[in-house]
Amino acid sequence: MPPLSVSLRNVSVKRRGKTILGPIDMDLGEAGFTVVLGPNGAGKTTLLKVLHGVERVSGGTVQWSRPADQAQQAQAYVFQRPIMLRRSVRNNLAYPLQLLGTPKVPIAQQVAIWAGRVGLADVLDQPAPRLSGGEKQKLALARALIRQPSVLFLDEPCANLDGRSTREIEAVLRAAHHSGTRIIMTTHDLGQARRLGSDVVFLLNGGLHEQGAAAQVFDAPAKAETRAFLDGDIVD
Amino acid sequence: MRLSGSTIDVDGARGQFSEMNDIWAGMLAAFQLIWSLDADLVEITLRSLQVSLSALVIASAIALPLGTWLAIRRFRFRRATIATLNALMGLPPVVVGLIVYLLLSRSGPFGVLGLLFTPAAMIIAQVIIITPLIASITHQAMRELWAEYHDLLISLNTTQRQRIATLIWDGRRALLTGALAGFGRAIGEVGAIMIVGGNIDHATRVLTTAIALETGKGDFALALGLGFILIALALMVNFAIHTLSRTERHGTW
Ligand SMILES: Nc1ncnc2c1ncn2[C@@H]1O[C@H](COP(=O)(O)OP(=O)(O)OP(=O)(O)O)[C@@H](O)[C@H]1O
Ligand SMILES: [Mg+2]
Repeated sequence: MPPLSVSLRNVSVKRRGKTILGPIDMDLGEAGFTVVLGPNGAGKTTLLKVLHGVERVSGGTVQWSRPADQAQQAQAYVFQRPIMLRRSVRNNLAYPLQLLGTPKVPIAQQVAIWAGRVGLADVLDQPAPRLSGGEKQKLALARALIRQPSVLFLDEPCANLDGRSTREIEAVLRAAHHSGTRIIMTTHDLGQARRLGSDVVFLLNGGLHEQGAAAQVFDAPAKAETRAFLDGDIVD
Repeated sequence: MRLSGSTIDVDGARGQFSEMNDIWAGMLAAFQLIWSLDADLVEITLRSLQVSLSALVIASAIALPLGTWLAIRRFRFRRATIATLNALMGLPPVVVGLIVYLLLSRSGPFGVLGLLFTPAAMIIAQVIIITPLIASITHQAMRELWAEYHDLLISLNTTQRQRIATLIWDGRRALLTGALAGFGRAIGEVGAIMIVGGNIDHATRVLTTAIALETGKGDFALALGLGFILIALALMVNFAIHTLSRTERHGTW
């Protein structure tokens, strides 16, 4: 899975006459663990969906370093509200590989590996819609990683997780990142953003307010609003 | 007081009494017919099942993909198609019978096929009656499931075919419920198949038309026997629907 980079030029998203994102110019490199920060409604989810190609843009271009269909195939997305297929946990994990026509034996092996990594090995035969909120998020993450994507989008993957589960998931994300997956993640957990992020995108009111290396943005933000947000103040 | 009544009163009482007697005797005879697997009874039941199951298979083959298609595709006449479907669902079966009769009658456009008063004509009528019902239930269920799955299936880059397969598989309980509702409607329907089938003995006589005929003739034994079978079939279908929709709600597979 060769690496992917992407550049947005003048991208905007309008819904019902209101601009909810942009216009944005932005480049994301081939490597890295990008955290997207911003208050509720800033447009983080919209930006991730635009990058993934599942949100219709009203203007501008999204250019991946490879042809659109290849780029799309190499991506995976974990939605803010996990989507469970009405099947067992096992069959939810197997589904993305089944779509690719992977033979049964390697699918079973991968399912066992990923269920173990996110701590769902004991509930493989339970119906996925009956899992707890946190378990659903773990399942959605494992189901996204099972195709070993080049790029992984995560929309608040730890929102319903307790401390221990968050630590486990962060370990899984670090491992995926080290094995070459480029990660773009939103989070409201600033501690997590510091622990995981290599670079930061700060959105405010649909606009790209600040972007830079994690160390620089966290320690010496260029804009007052960014500093206020990082200090835990209310920004709008 | 009774003794002083007119003879007409006495006759009336006697008539009622004998009718009650008829019904009891009829019930007994009905159970005997079922118990002994009476040849006519078995033949009529099997023909009923054959006609309605054939109609169910054909209607499902049309309605399941159609309903799913309507749920996931946005096209120009989608709303009009759904409105038409709902209107067709309310069509009185007798009118469907009349229309099919006119189409299949010797002077009608399909007269040359010689299908009138055959089981095929009855199947056609039942297909027309239950296809909109099954398609509508399918559409409803698939629309819900598609709303739930939409983002994930788009994100996973699924083909149109994979989407439909996933929705039909994961929505199979709801689809089965729709099919059963269609079957229930088909097997209990009498107006249309009476018109296009003609209720011909050993050819097009089915449970409902036979019951109508035997009741008219006053032969309650056969009518009740057939009635019990029809009720048993209807109960089984309803029980199956109930069980399926309950497991659906509880999210078990
Ligand atoms: N389809 C839509 N129609 C109209 N408005 C929309 C639509 N989708 C999103 N919005 C609006 O766009 C804005 C940005 O939404 P988005 O989901 O991207 O925010 P977010 O940064 O992810 O917020 P949160 O932190 O709460 O998840 C919000 O104000 C939202 O109400
Ligand atoms: Mg969001």
